[in-house]
Amino acid sequence: MLILECPYCGVKAEETELHAGGEAHLKRFGPGSSDDEFHDYLFMRENPKGVHFERWRHVTGCGKWFHAARCTMTLEVFGTYTAQTSAPPQEIRDAITAKRPGWSWREFE
Amino acid sequence: MKRYSAFAVAREALRYHTGWERAWRNPAPKRQYDVIIVGAGGHGLATAYYLGKNFGITNVAVLEKGWLGGGNTGRNTTIIRSNYLQDPSAAIYEKARSLYEDMSQDLNYNVMFSPRGVIMLAQTEHEVRGYKRTAHANALQGVSTEWIEPARVKELVPIINLAGPRYPVLGGLWQERGGTARHDAVAWGYARACSAMGMDIIQQCEVTGVRSEGGRVIGVDTTKGAIDCDKLGMVVAGNCSHLSQMAGFRLPVESVALQALVSEPIKPCMDVVVMANTVHGYMSQSDKGEMVIGGGTDGFNNYTQRGSFHHIEETVRALIETFPMVSRLKMLRQWGGIVDVTGDRSPIISKTPVQNCFVNAGWGTGGFKAIPGSGWAMAELMATGHSPLAEEFSMMRFKEGKFIDESVAAGVAH
Repeated sequence: MLILECPYCGVKAEETELHAGGEAHLKRFGPGSSDDEFHDYLFMRENPKGVHFERWRHVTGCGKWFHAARCTMTLEVFGTYTAQTSAPPQEIRDAITAKRPGWSWREFE
Repeated sequence: MKRYSAFAVAREALRYHTGWERAWRNPAPKRQYDVIIVGAGGHGLATAYYLGKNFGITNVAVLEKGWLGGGNTGRNTTIIRSNYLQDPSAAIYEKARSLYEDMSQDLNYNVMFSPRGVIMLAQTEHEVRGYKRTAHANALQGVSTEWIEPARVKELVPIINLAGPRYPVLGGLWQERGGTARHDAVAWGYARACSAMGMDIIQQCEVTGVRSEGGRVIGVDTTKGAIDCDKLGMVVAGNCSHLSQMAGFRLPVESVALQALVSEPIKPCMDVVVMANTVHGYMSQSDKGEMVIGGGTDGFNNYTQRGSFHHIEETVRALIETFPMVSRLKMLRQWGGIVDVTGDRSPIISKTPVQNCFVNAGWGTGGFKAIPGSGWAMAELMATGHSPLAEEFSMMRFKEGKFIDESVAAGVAH
């Protein structure tokens, strides 16, 4: 079972305590954006085989949203971090690089 | 190819079964093919088969990184139905269901199609209204389904408990011509027929790159070397994002795990397929006597082809209320497959930004039932550039806002 540590309350929560919220760090496009931008924002996802940044909610715990970095090939968790950011912190990136050298992700904004 | 027949069985019985030949050849790849299909699952092999049968294109290779039919084709719960709400869905799934009816004769391979009937249980007022609406829509689409009352459900499924405390059975959507088929046999049958037409099915040959020139696909790199082609069809389900990235475009798809399990074999107790979408559980009895049980998907991106125990618990817990006898069953096996889910829960059969490169993906949790229809439409699209069945399933529909929204009707359990 997937176990993620909630960065707010510090609980190591099992999957059943959490709710998956899809890909993280999406750049939002709204009125005034082009059709392509809006389409990509709504429907296109990275869906990588490997390193994935995603949102989770500690739904039966503190109720807060947070971010996680995880490998979709092995279910290995590289770390969790606060939702108040638009890019993963350096220590998370370093943790990933240590285990998956050469990993890539689209531009963080 | 020697044809299978009652006579052949008798002939082989007399000579100790020494005369059976390999069902399909195991060739090394050629330098060049007219068409390369990536993915030797049901959809890929069906595409190749109808390219040959309907359009006479037989210089075709089907590439498979693992073994034939080892992905979702061998991992599903084998349910076949076509009771969809939207017109484009009903058209392609009904085409598929009707092709299943004489597939064994067409392929000269027994796929054990069993039109035993499929019930989708209505267990909330919302579902009652939804399924009545679907039954009316199906009448207009020419798909034979009907709304049935609880008494009729009990008649068809004697082991059901109609008066569950949380989820009473309020009726059901009944498709008499739905049913099941032997999933492996569908892949094997298509493979044998493709091989007999001279197509090459190349297993353990993973595509590592897609080569294009001037926006037009010219071939693929594989673990068995580079192969050229005029046209490329990507039919790789859960891995479609990975492959499309190699070709240089993205797909509106996310890959998640869906799992199923089977019980120990028991005596015949249920001769229809029952789906309970409110509680995310569906069940049928295989010819071996095993109860085949499917549940919901995991909520997160996943490529591991494993299930998770808490989803099994949820599925079984839900089924026990509706089928109390399940609580006495031992479960034998459990497995997972990676399904490719789109935003509107409908598939993509489409041209792509790369010329002569076509994609068939996004079948999500309900691909098996669609195999012949999907192959039929994909072959037509690849051969002629246009397919009436596939028209609405273009990947452009997300940009155009022309969704085929089956997420409410079918997004949870197929």
